Amino acid sequence: MFDNLTERLGRTLDRLRGQGRLTDDNIKESLRDVRMALLEADVALPVVKTFIGKVKARAVGQEVIKSLSPGQAFVKIVHDELVSVMGESCEELNLQAQPPVVILMAGLQGAGKTTTVAKLARHLKERHKKSVLVTSCDVYRPAAIEQLKTLAAEVEVGFHASTIKQKPDKIAKEALKAAKKQLVDVLIVDTAGRLHIDAEMMGEIKELHKVLQPTETLFVVDSMTGQDAANTAKAFNEALPLTGVVLTKTDGDARGGAALSVREITGKPIKFMGVGEKTTALEPFHPDRLASRILGMGDVLSLVEEAQQNVDQKQAAKLAKKISKGRGFDLNDLREQMLQMEKMGGISSLMDKMPGMSKLPANVREQMSGGAAGKEVNRMVAIINSMTQQERRHPAIIKGSRKRRIAAGSGVQVQEVNKLMKQYAQMSKMMKKVSKGGGMAKMMRSMKGRMPPGMGF
Amino acid sequence: MSLFSFRRKKKVPAESSSQSTEKDLSKKLGKTRSRFTDGLLDFFLGKKPIDDDLLEELETHLLVADTGVDVTQRIMDTLGQSIGRKQVNDSEALQDLLQQELNDILAPCEQPLEISSAKKPYVILVVGVNGSGKTTTIGKLSKRLKEANLSVMLAAGDTFRAAAVEQLQAWGERNQIPVVAQGSGADSASVIFDALQSAKAKGVDVLIADTAGRLHTQAGLMDELKKVKRVLTKLDAEAPHETLLVLDGGTGQNALTQAEQFHKAVGLTGLAITKLDGTAKGGIVFAIAQKLALPIRFIGVGEKVEDLRTFNASEFVDALLKVDPS
Repeated sequence: MFDNLTERLGRTLDRLRGQGRLTDDNIKESLRDVRMALLEADVALPVVKTFIGKVKARAVGQEVIKSLSPGQAFVKIVHDELVSVMGESCEELNLQAQPPVVILMAGLQGAGKTTTVAKLARHLKERHKKSVLVTSCDVYRPAAIEQLKTLAAEVEVGFHASTIKQKPDKIAKEALKAAKKQLVDVLIVDTAGRLHIDAEMMGEIKELHKVLQPTETLFVVDSMTGQDAANTAKAFNEALPLTGVVLTKTDGDARGGAALSVREITGKPIKFMGVGEKTTALEPFHPDRLASRILGMGDVLSLVEEAQQNVDQKQAAKLAKKISKGRGFDLNDLREQMLQMEKMGGISSLMDKMPGMSKLPANVREQMSGGAAGKEVNRMVAIINSMTQQERRHPAIIKGSRKRRIAAGSGVQVQEVNKLMKQYAQMSKMMKKVSKGGGMAKMMRSMKGRMPPGMGF
Repeated sequence: MSLFSFRRKKKVPAESSSQSTEKDLSKKLGKTRSRFTDGLLDFFLGKKPIDDDLLEELETHLLVADTGVDVTQRIMDTLGQSIGRKQVNDSEALQDLLQQELNDILAPCEQPLEISSAKKPYVILVVGVNGSGKTTTIGKLSKRLKEANLSVMLAAGDTFRAAAVEQLQAWGERNQIPVVAQGSGADSASVIFDALQSAKAKGVDVLIADTAGRLHTQAGLMDELKKVKRVLTKLDAEAPHETLLVLDGGTGQNALTQAEQFHKAVGLTGLAITKLDGTAKGGIVFAIAQKLALPIRFIGVGEKVEDLRTFNASEFVDALLKVDPS
C-alpha cells in the first residue's frame, strides 16, 4: 500500500508547513498514517492504540521550525518512541542463580522453540563458557525429541534422553536431577508447541514451571505473527511468569510488528532474535533496528540523520570556512553544491531539510523547486564540467571564445553559459554578504522576490 | 472393558472423520468466530442506524482479523458506497453486505484438490516457510487420501532440519504409508526424484513430497525448490501436479509476500492454511485471494488427523461472521 512511512507522512504533513507547532488538530491525519503503518507491520491493534496515544502526547506542543521539517521531525518522534517501548538496550539472560540455572521454553507450534534451544545452548557454551544440558518435554510431535537430540549433538552439549511414553513433568524432574548430578551450569528445557486456548496443555506447562522453578522462562514467538500475537502473548504471560522473549525468523522480510505487541503486552524484554537456520544465528535484540523495520523505512531515517550530520554539513562547513576566510566562491564550489543537491534528491528535498526554509514565501519556494529546476541543475553541472580547472577557479577569465568552447563541449547554447555566469555572479555576491555577517536570515530577506529561477542551494 | 475402550479409541477417528467434518468445523472455528463476532455482536445486534462509530468499529475488527489495511479499506469503501446510495440502512443489512463482500472475495478460491487418476502417480509438492506445518499437513493429508482408497507414498525431502525425516517416517508408520528417505544431509531433489521413480514402479496413486522449511527471502533455498521441480519434470513432464504452499494461519501481512514469492519461484497451484484452531483469524487469506487468486485447498483446525478440512469459502466466512445460535 505504501512503501514507507516517511513518504506518506511527508504528504500529509505538507499542510503543516508554516505552522509553528504540532497540535492535536494538525497531526490527526499523520497519526492515522502511523496507525496504518503499524497495522501493516502487524502490530496488534490495542498496542497500536496505546502507542499512538504516546506519540501524540510526545508530539503535540513540539516546535516544528526548530527541527528539520515537520514530517521528518514527526517520524523521528515515532521512531524514538518505538525504540523506547521496545527497550533501550538488549538484555542478557539472567544466569545469576544457583546452578543448574534452568531455562524453560514456551510458545506456539512452529514458533521455533527447538531450534532456539540449540542456538541458546551454543550461545551459552561458547560465549559464557557454561556447561549446558538440554532436554525435550515434547512427547506429542513426532520426532521432536529426536530433533533436539540431533541438534544437541551438533552443538556439542549434553542431552538428557526422554521418550514419548514419559509424562512431561517426569521428564523435567529427571532432567533436573541429572543436571544437578552432572554439575552442569545451565539446563534448557524444550517443550511442545501449544495453543494458548488449550487449557489442558497450558496446565501442563504451568506444572512444568512449578517442577523446574526456572530462572528464565522464555516465550518464543515467530516474528511473522499477525494480530494474534496479542492474544497469545497475553495468555502465555498470564499462565507463566515469563522473563523474556525470543523473536524468531527475523531473517525473513516481515516487518516484525509482533515484537512490539509482545513487548508491550507482556512488558518482558526481548532478549534474542533468531536470524537464520544455523545454530550460530542467534543475536541479541536490537530495538532500533527493528523500529526502523516496523516503520518500513529502512535507511530513510538514517538518510535524514546523515543529511543532517555528515554530507551537507561537512561540505557546508568547508565552504563556510573558505568563504569566511575571505576567499571567493568559485565555480568548483557551485558545482559541488549542485552535485550535492542532486545527491540529496534534488532541490526541493534539500530545501525541506534546510532550517528556516519553510518561512520563505510560497512563490519563491515554488520557483526554486519547480520541475524544470532538476534538469537545469544537470545542465549547469555539465557546463561547469566543460570548463578547465583554471576557468573554474577564476571565472573572470571566461570570455567569448572560451564561452563558445564551453558551450560546444557541454552541448548547450552560448546564452546558457552566459546565464550560468550571471547566476554565479549573483551567487558569489550573496556569499560575500553572508561572510560579512548577518548570516542566513539577512540573506533570506534580501533574496525575497529576486531569486532567479532554477537557482538555489 | 479397558481393552474395549482402547479399541474404540483407536478406531473411532478413522471412521467418523468424514461425518464429523461439518459439525466439528464450526466448533473448531468457534474460537475464531466468537472472537470475530465478540466485537461484531455489540454493534451488529439488533437493527441500529449506521454511524461513523459503527463503521470504525467494523474496520477495526477486520484489521484485528489480519485482513490487512489494503483489503480492509477496499471493503470499507464498498460498504461506504452502498451506504451512500442508501442501499444499506441499518446494521443488519450492513452485516449481510459485509458477508457478501467477504464471500465474493473467497468464493473463486474454493477449489478442492482433485486427484486425477489419469495422472499416476499424482505428485504433490509441499512447500512453505519454517514451522508453518508442512510435515503435519502431509501426515494428515496422506491419511485422508488413504481413507479415500488411494495408495500413497511420501518423500522425505526435508533433508536439512534435524529429525525432519524421522518426523515424516513417524507419520508414515502411524498411517502405514511407505516413506522414501535418504537421511539427513542428502540432496532434497534427489530424494524426491528417487521417490517418484519408486512410486512409478510401484504404481502408487499419490506421491506427496515434503520439503525443508525455507524463508522466501533466501534466494539460494528458493533455487533449490526450483531444482526439485525441474528434476521432477524429467520423469514426468507434468509433475508436480500440485504445488501446495502451507501457510501458518497466525501469520500476519507477511503471508501475502510469502505466497507471492513462492508463487514466483515454483508456481503454486494451491494453498493450505494451518493452525486456525487458535485465536488466529487468518484474514490475510482475503488479501491473497485478491492478489493471487490461488485455490485454497485445505484448512488445518487441530492436531488430529481428521482436522485437515477441505476449504469452503462460505463456511469460512460464515464461521467468521455468524453469531453462534447457542
